[in-house]
Amino acid sequence: MKCENVANELILYLDNRSKLADRQEIEQHLAVCAACRARAEEFRKVWMTLDDLPVVEPSFGFDARVRQRIAAEPQRKWFGWFVPQPRLAFSAALLIALCVWLAKMPANRIGTGVSSTLQQEDFSAIQNLGVLENYDVVTKMDALSQLVPDTGDQPSGTDQDTRGGRDNGGV
Amino acid sequence: MARSDVQLMLDVKAGDDSSFEFLLQKYRSPLVNFLGRMVRDRAQAEDLAQEVFLRVYRARKLYTPSAKFTTWLFRIATNLALNSVRDSRYQKMSVSLDAPAHDEDSAPMELPAPEMRIDEHIMERDRNEFIRRAIWSLPEKQRAAVLLHKYEEMDYEQIAKILECSESALKSLLFRAYESLRVQLAPLVTRPATPMARQAGERRPS
Repeated sequence: MKCENVANELILYLDNRSKLADRQEIEQHLAVCAACRARAEEFRKVWMTLDDLPVVEPSFGFDARVRQRIAAEPQRKWFGWFVPQPRLAFSAALLIALCVWLAKMPANRIGTGVSSTLQQEDFSAIQNLGVLENYDVVTKMDALSQLVPDTGDQPSGTDQDTRGGRDNGGV
Repeated sequence: MARSDVQLMLDVKAGDDSSFEFLLQKYRSPLVNFLGRMVRDRAQAEDLAQEVFLRVYRARKLYTPSAKFTTWLFRIATNLALNSVRDSRYQKMSVSLDAPAHDEDSAPMELPAPEMRIDEHIMERDRNEFIRRAIWSLPEKQRAAVLLHKYEEMDYEQIAKILECSESALKSLLFRAYESLRVQLAPLVTRPATPMARQAGERRPS
């Protein structure tokens, strides 16, 4: 056993609480290491010196003061279980306040109300667009009837654009 | 047959206040002694010891015997003492310079034993004061570890539970504490104690 290991186990050894194997190793080390032996001896002397410290006794009236303090403790009534803890009461109050606040909020500021308002605004804007005012004229043009109807065989422009984009990206 | 501390506490829980009285009688001296050595002021130590008993009483309804009663009791005492030491250190730092002079470190007056000569008494008092100061000079946790180990004679497992650390950490804590004391008490360890001091040491609780 090395000196630092002995140092870690020394208190246990001096206490007679170390394991038998450790004890034998420590004793072997102490037999050959003068520094550790001196330290162990000094620790023993320190313990004996600490024994000299007088005991601090309770003063007269100590018990009476404890009893007084206990008697001054507020007694819990039979309905004591019903009285909420401060933290619990605070949390409950906070939760109620949050519910009231949410309930009092205008309906159009919550979730679906907002999206329906937006849809209505979009619709009126589209209705007022100049191009759409001529929608009937545009759809009844003769030139449009000569166009080949889309059979679905050809890939759509969007797909082509996407592929082209990918190819460009690959280069 | 004598009831165990745990049984006494369970009886207190069941509403038997006389069992609390047993516990008070049994542990008032060890607690005041421990706290008196942890904090510097004797009156403060007594206040803290009363607070420990008060907390035990308040917690009686929730008490479950998960550990030794003394582990629980001294954990309350140690936590109170550590908080008190830290608080008083902050108070000391914030004391005004024109506050009245007050020697906080002074120990309570010890009266000499009738058969003791005055010079022996002075030597004895100085020696005790020297040991006290050596213990007080330790960091709070080391001080608590030494007091529980040396004076309350608790085993490592119990002290580790009280200080809420591992046993290996406690070993290291105790070694550092005794190493500091070895250096600080070096002038005393070579001098033999007076007979009265030896008797005082023998009076300590087992």
